[in-house]
Amino acid sequence: MSMAAHIDADDAHIVVSDLDMAYGSFVVQRDLNFTVRRGDVFIIMGDSGCGKSTLLRHLVGLKAPARGSVAINGESLWDLDEDAREAAMRRFGLLYQSGALWSSLTLAENIALPLGEYTDLSKAEIAELASLKLSLVGLAGFEEFYPSEISGGMAKRAGLARAIALDPEILFFDEPSAGLDPISSARLDELILELRDSLGATVVVVSHELASIFAIGTNSVFLDAEKRTMVAEGPPKDLLEACTVPKVRTFLRRGAE
Amino acid sequence: MSDLPGIDIRTGAEGAMELALTGAWVMGAALPDLESLLSDPKVADAPRLRLADGGIADWDSILLTYLRRLEARIKDKGGTVDRSGLPEGVARLLALAEAVPRREDTGTGGARPGFVARAGAAVIRLGAEARDMIAFLGLAAMAFGKFLVGRARFRGSDLALVLEDCGPKALPIVTLISILVGLILAFVGAVQLQLFGAEIFIANLVAIGMAREMGALMAAIIMAGRTGAAFAAELGTMQVNEEIDAFVTLGISPMEFLVLPRMLALALMMPLLCLYADLMGILGGAVVGIFMLDISPIQYFNQTKQFLDMGDFAVGVFKATVFGILIAIAGCLRGMQCGRSSQAVGMAATSAVVLAIVLIICADGVFAVLFHIMGI
Repeated sequence: MSMAAHIDADDAHIVVSDLDMAYGSFVVQRDLNFTVRRGDVFIIMGDSGCGKSTLLRHLVGLKAPARGSVAINGESLWDLDEDAREAAMRRFGLLYQSGALWSSLTLAENIALPLGEYTDLSKAEIAELASLKLSLVGLAGFEEFYPSEISGGMAKRAGLARAIALDPEILFFDEPSAGLDPISSARLDELILELRDSLGATVVVVSHELASIFAIGTNSVFLDAEKRTMVAEGPPKDLLEACTVPKVRTFLRRGAE
Repeated sequence: MSDLPGIDIRTGAEGAMELALTGAWVMGAALPDLESLLSDPKVADAPRLRLADGGIADWDSILLTYLRRLEARIKDKGGTVDRSGLPEGVARLLALAEAVPRREDTGTGGARPGFVARAGAAVIRLGAEARDMIAFLGLAAMAFGKFLVGRARFRGSDLALVLEDCGPKALPIVTLISILVGLILAFVGAVQLQLFGAEIFIANLVAIGMAREMGALMAAIIMAGRTGAAFAAELGTMQVNEEIDAFVTLGISPMEFLVLPRMLALALMMPLLCLYADLMGILGGAVVGIFMLDISPIQYFNQTKQFLDMGDFAVGVFKATVFGILIAIAGCLRGMQCGRSSQAVGMAATSAVVLAIVLIICADGVFAVLFHIMGI
């Protein structure tokens, strides 16, 4: 939970090895191998239906691999018993596509809920922390609002405030730019980078927003929906320069060859 | 990690007073008391305080909230704070939290209104709700009118689906409840009629009770809980997903496309369900008559046939049709009025059932008086 963790550039944080993902007998992706280093902003990209969101569900431990493993800090999530896995999942912050705020709770209560569950802090301290988290995402003063009373962009930022409630060491984002105007989207990108730097967190982003991918990505994988495996890996800018896979080139050049 | 968080007060390099933070500032640790720190004369008298890293072993968000409180207190007293000595991440997060000023003009979401204000608002809402309901009735009537002249737009397959759901699929529960209601009626009557040796009149009691009253009423209450709630939840979810808006923007009336088939289905199925419930209830009564009161099946059947005429069934069937329309109206109205959150869908379903049952009982009361006056 500590934010003061020393960041070592070559330190592997998430290691995915020989991962096959499947729904029943339908294999979504197979033979995935990649490493997310500590402090990375790691982008998962690919064409529609390739299994980006499914991969995210595997990384955060919501879905068990059909084969292979996902190791966080050297520990494979699915080798742990259920309690230990839940404890490990608590160190993750996940921002869902639409924010996924609990609609019956105010924004402050949304953030206070995990804090109340997993810490021994007093009510006043929790309220203060909730207020701090909302300030961090630029929503100071919206504590008593319900999710239905704020805009989509604000809901996304409030979702981010909830994702960082427990000071996570890894932040996952599912399509952070989806449904946002370019200005809000760019601000969210800045916020992601700022939080990564100041929290010392590792960031994993599912995205197909090119501007955002190039602005924040330090490393990436590309999943191919037809070949059902990853076809490229590396920093997005390097892929743009040097990748020889036609589909990746077309993707990164917005359809232009 | 285990060293407690603390603050050393010291004179810094440039002569300014320095607050040096030490130890592990993590959630759950006992933080230094803010009041005693601020009442220290060296701190209280210093115009400018520098926050410094005096060996912070570890920190998380709790340090940020502590520093925010500390800074606010110092600024209140007219002092200034210098963050340059803090770890970089801490200083950046504090700056980020201040980047967007607190919104004060947020309007809603502030203090909750008092009791009198809430009561007043509830009365005003009641008036608005009555208007909404009348408007909805009008729109529903117009949609029905369009249907009568054959110009209503909805899909036959939708109607078929709703028909199946509120007809055949409701049979098991209607069977169970109606048999039991017939049984109960017979039991209640049997005790009294035995006193007069008039057990045979159990057949009359059950037959007339079911046909005129209980068949329609029980079928309606079952359908209100089962189908009325489902209508409200379906339309409510469509409202949340903006599907209703999509109909309106495409120029398709949700009243015709969604509400009309549901109203038609219930209006068509309720009379049939009512007849079915009548028969099942009479069957339940017969079980008590035959096995408890030793009336022979033939006797029971003849007694029933002799005293029950088609008029009794007609009264029940007519009422059931009206109840069906009321259930559909309550369910669809609450669904269409649904708010845009998952909580609102639940509230819509609940309030659809309550409204439907209130409407059914009120209508039944009106019918009882009317039929009495008309001598039916």
